[in-house]
Amino acid sequence: MAVLTIKDLHVSVEGKEILKGVNLEVKGGEIHAIMGPNGTGKSTLSSAIMGHPKYEVTRGSITLDGQNVLEMEVDERARAGLFLAMQYPSEISGVTNADFLRAAINARLGEGNEISLMKFIRKLDEKMEFLEMNPDMAHRYLNEGFSGGEKKRNEILQLMMLEPKIAILDEIDSGLDIDALKIVSKGINEMRSSEFGCLIITHYQRLLNYITPDYVHVMMQGRIVKSGGPELAQRLEAEGYDWIKKELGIEDETVEQEA
Amino acid sequence: MTTETKIPFDQQYVRSFSSGRGEPDWLLQLRLQALAKAEELPLPKPDKTKIDNWNFTQFANHVVESAPFASLDELPEAVKALIEAGEGTKNLYVQRDHTPAYLSLSEELKAKGVIFTDIFTAAREHGDLLQKYLLKDGVKFDEHRLTALHAALFNGGVFVYVPKGVEVDVPLQAVYIQESDDIALFNHVIVVAEDNSRIAYVENYISAKGVSKAVVNIVAEVFANTNARVFFAAVDNLAKGVTTYVNRRGIAGRDGRIEWALGLMNDGDTVSENITRLIGDGSFGDTKTVVVGRGEQVQNFTTSVVHYGKHTEGYILKHGVVRDSATSIFNGIGKIEHGASKSNAQQESRVLMLSEKARGDANPILLIDEDDVMAGHAASVGRVDPTQLYYLMSRGIPRREAERLIIHGFLAPVVEAIPIESVKKQLIEVIERKVQS
Repeated sequence: MAVLTIKDLHVSVEGKEILKGVNLEVKGGEIHAIMGPNGTGKSTLSSAIMGHPKYEVTRGSITLDGQNVLEMEVDERARAGLFLAMQYPSEISGVTNADFLRAAINARLGEGNEISLMKFIRKLDEKMEFLEMNPDMAHRYLNEGFSGGEKKRNEILQLMMLEPKIAILDEIDSGLDIDALKIVSKGINEMRSSEFGCLIITHYQRLLNYITPDYVHVMMQGRIVKSGGPELAQRLEAEGYDWIKKELGIEDETVEQEA
Repeated sequence: MTTETKIPFDQQYVRSFSSGRGEPDWLLQLRLQALAKAEELPLPKPDKTKIDNWNFTQFANHVVESAPFASLDELPEAVKALIEAGEGTKNLYVQRDHTPAYLSLSEELKAKGVIFTDIFTAAREHGDLLQKYLLKDGVKFDEHRLTALHAALFNGGVFVYVPKGVEVDVPLQAVYIQESDDIALFNHVIVVAEDNSRIAYVENYISAKGVSKAVVNIVAEVFANTNARVFFAAVDNLAKGVTTYVNRRGIAGRDGRIEWALGLMNDGDTVSENITRLIGDGSFGDTKTVVVGRGEQVQNFTTSVVHYGKHTEGYILKHGVVRDSATSIFNGIGKIEHGASKSNAQQESRVLMLSEKARGDANPILLIDEDDVMAGHAASVGRVDPTQLYYLMSRGIPRREAERLIIHGFLAPVVEAIPIESVKKQLIEVIERKVQS
């Protein structure tokens, strides 16, 4: 069973410290939700885990099954079993969705073990149908001209095709209408198993109506300030974040505010 | 350094060359007139590239005699790779240096009156038709020294003629092989599509050796007459050491359409000019060009669409990759003449730089002399987008492979447009080699 362990993580962007000591453990079979208002460091956490070049880890550790993730290149992290569904997926002209997915799958399988074309097409057709995607989208250029909802659905398609050990979903719900939200949730729920751990980053509770998390964490000022079960998300939906700020004596929850 | 510019061939030589090929007198007179101009006219001045010291005029051999290929089996492997077995061999021209070495044209197309033959046979057998188009309304022999030299000395090429109303569904293919060192290839290509006809022509220029020494001067004139449609694809793949001037020009009549897909993959210094003149109302021109520059080569690519007719549409798309210490200059010119109302001129030029020392320059120019038109341009010069790279790598694709995907995607507009699978495949391989090695 996979374990992603984050200890005392400090991350800076362009010299400014955004994360100030994050501790978190995500195991296979668990779904964690990280919630919090804008500007509290949630997306920074996801980018730092995946290894975005702009984010510099200044202290702490990230390990996956005991392996040091911080020493890995971005592609090595992915092949080790991490996946990040991005808030703003890139558009890549001239590369079809299908060619891209096959390259990604084959990169995992390694030379000599490539997926057969038939097997690939079968799997792709099946997952696209599950996500109610137009079959044309396999042959369109990667994310080019996709609507916001199509891009998010395409991220979930990649998740289902690549079957990572641990997935981080960065605001996968933003910009989705209710029907698209249901389909995206259906995809994530389909992935649920003891072999799959998931970290959902969101500032809306509504996604959690469709995907019940095992753990809910609240992030403020670049740290996890409160953790609990699904009931925590419900209380946040009902009461907002003010009660947590009051409880912890936080005036401004964003990282702009030096602690 | 001064470069010898005296033309190494005289009137007497031109007379004997012309009569040796049984050319009609009008063609000899054209050649002599051009020869006289060749020494006095200046070189062309491609914007932002200095070519004064390039060798366009000095070469030892104007003509080398080669043996024709008795059958397709004799073709070099590199040429075989360009040709689709079966259907692809039915309408094919292969030229070794200056020798027409293989020609086939299907009985079906012959019966419809389609002409596909080497330029010398065309001069002998279809002189009147050739005279109507050769160096007249397309490229003029006295534009500059290189067109004059070309007219005086052209020593290869083909003539394609599609009669009125004939729609040709299969592409015609020509392969020009530069085999010998110290030669000059002055290749002249004419494609004529008469009213309401349709044709696709695909040409490949290749060098037999990896490094060579030669001068290549190509002029292609393309005519899409009323409501005719021409698709012209080219993959230029001449070796390092070959200096190339290539001028591809299109003339579109009323409702005529000319579409270009040019894969400019030469390894030597190259000046490429591609102008489409939209003369007739409602005519349409679309130019897609991709280039890769590597080593120390210097290349200049000028693409222009000139609107004369009303309701004309012109599109220019140029994507280039530059690596090592190569230089690539992209000039894109959309020109709308006075009276060409309701016309639309659009262009996009993008250059991807793969190394610190590479130099790329994209110059979009719009020249508009009419009020009631639409025009637009986009240009960029930059590196592989790190965000795109990150995205692909985050799916497990290694950096090198991710870069390869992005570059291939960037050059896809021309690759995808090529109508012959084998040529498409070869272009992908050439791109792979040029970008990766």
